[in-house]
Amino acid sequence: MTLLRLESIDSRHGLLQAVRDVSLEVDEGETLALVGANGAGKTTLLRTIAGAHRATGGRIVFDGADITRVRPHRRVRMGIALVPEGRKLFPQLTVAENLLVASAAGRAGPWNVDAVLEVFPLLRPLRSARAASLSGGEQQATAIGRALMTNPRLLLLDEVSLGLAPVVVESVYESLVHLVDRGTTLVLVEQDLGRALQVASRVACMLEGRIVLEGAAADVTREQVTEAYFGLAPAGGSR
Amino acid sequence: MIWLNAVIHGILLGGVYALLATGLSLMFGVMRIINLAHGSFALLGAYFAWLLTQHLGVSTYLALVGVIPAALVFGYAVQVTMFERSLRAGELVPLLTTFGLLIVIANLLEYFFSPDVHSLSPGSIGASSWDVSSTIQIPWFDVLVLGVAVGVLGGLQLLLTRTQLGRELRATASDPETAELVGVNARGVYARATAIAVATAALAGVFYAMRSTFDPSAGPSELIYAFEAVVIGGVGSLWGTLIGGIVLGVAQTVGAQIDVQYFALAGHVVFLVVLVARAIGQAAGLGFNFRSRFARPATA
Repeated sequence: MTLLRLESIDSRHGLLQAVRDVSLEVDEGETLALVGANGAGKTTLLRTIAGAHRATGGRIVFDGADITRVRPHRRVRMGIALVPEGRKLFPQLTVAENLLVASAAGRAGPWNVDAVLEVFPLLRPLRSARAASLSGGEQQATAIGRALMTNPRLLLLDEVSLGLAPVVVESVYESLVHLVDRGTTLVLVEQDLGRALQVASRVACMLEGRIVLEGAAADVTREQVTEAYFGLAPAGGSR
Repeated sequence: MIWLNAVIHGILLGGVYALLATGLSLMFGVMRIINLAHGSFALLGAYFAWLLTQHLGVSTYLALVGVIPAALVFGYAVQVTMFERSLRAGELVPLLTTFGLLIVIANLLEYFFSPDVHSLSPGSIGASSWDVSSTIQIPWFDVLVLGVAVGVLGGLQLLLTRTQLGRELRATASDPETAELVGVNARGVYARATAIAVATAALAGVFYAMRSTFDPSAGPSELIYAFEAVVIGGVGSLWGTLIGGIVLGVAQTVGAQIDVQYFALAGHVVFLVVLVARAIGQAAGLGFNFRSRFARPATA
């Protein structure tokens, strides 16, 4: 069943068009990896889906409802959560408070503070530490936990491994596997192509705001993705 | 002993200023709106209480039961219909909006209530005081006002640190966009913050009107003391607001003790000294973050 459908989405930063005519479908329970070079429009696309960025054209349909004009907090209440690039924790609030703020979404589900601490044991001793005092890995765990607190059906993850030690990245991805097992739909932006292909069931590669390659992770080869990534293959050739 | 008496009266006077300044501080801390109409909102509270006492024959304190809920509704409506739109239009527009409101409110009050001065009865407590010695007298009413101010500030502090609304307020104050992305209705939070701020203004206005007379043009003069209390205490800090109010009050009463003319002047001088000292401190690199004051952790 299609959970999210993008119909020729355009998104711009002033005069710069960051996302051009992107159409995409994400099925319930699948994991889609968005890859592409810096500036390809991946972050803008995720932010447009979450509502932090306004689409200038096209339609976003979530679970059958048109949400193109819906405000971000309402999308969260419908089940879309974004772990933003750079984590964006509330620095003066404690870890527990950062998690609890997200209960504003008011969605019923398995996630609460204790469940998050179960998945991220490294946060357990830090409950009442200020978010500003955390290390990068701890901040990332808190940011993912905060998104989980909204009990999302669709979780959007923007560069979760950026700036983290390899060991920490490993544990973050292990926790993502838990989520996939629970039936959460994931869309993740990842620079590490190997990891993206390993976790995702489907891959979409963006170049200059367009999706130039899309396919099941098992069907696309590293070479194909690399070519699309750098724009070596004829654009749109594989679609 | 005369000086001690002046200091005590200054501390008590600080309660009035702190009560008036609370909402100003809250609105700036959460939304960065400098509400020039804050004193006018206080005045509206006083006039509404006056109407209730005149037409229903209730005491001023009982009138508060009607004034506070009305102020909450009024504040919410003002945010949704006016401040929300002006916030979207840029940084200066909210300032202009509140300035416009100040003028509209003053003129409407003059139209409906005439420019005459009014006052509210503080009841029997207004005339009674505790005579510690022949030179030190502590008026019970002023003690009551200080107590109410401490209660309001303490209650707000608890609200900010212990409740879900408080967490949402602090999260929205620090980063409204991200707050939206975790499910917080930022505009709703703003509306509730303004509702609370206007309710504290109305409460302060009623107490102010029991201490002295008021007329339709009293808004700005009430505002200036509240504004000074906020700046002295540190913008966006609740307990700082109380301290700011007390510093201002003590400066005024001690100044008045030197010469009655110095009452207002001494307060303004202290305000300017604090402002200059802070500017020098900032220039010297003693960073002072205005905005994050509200977004403190529960342990603070």
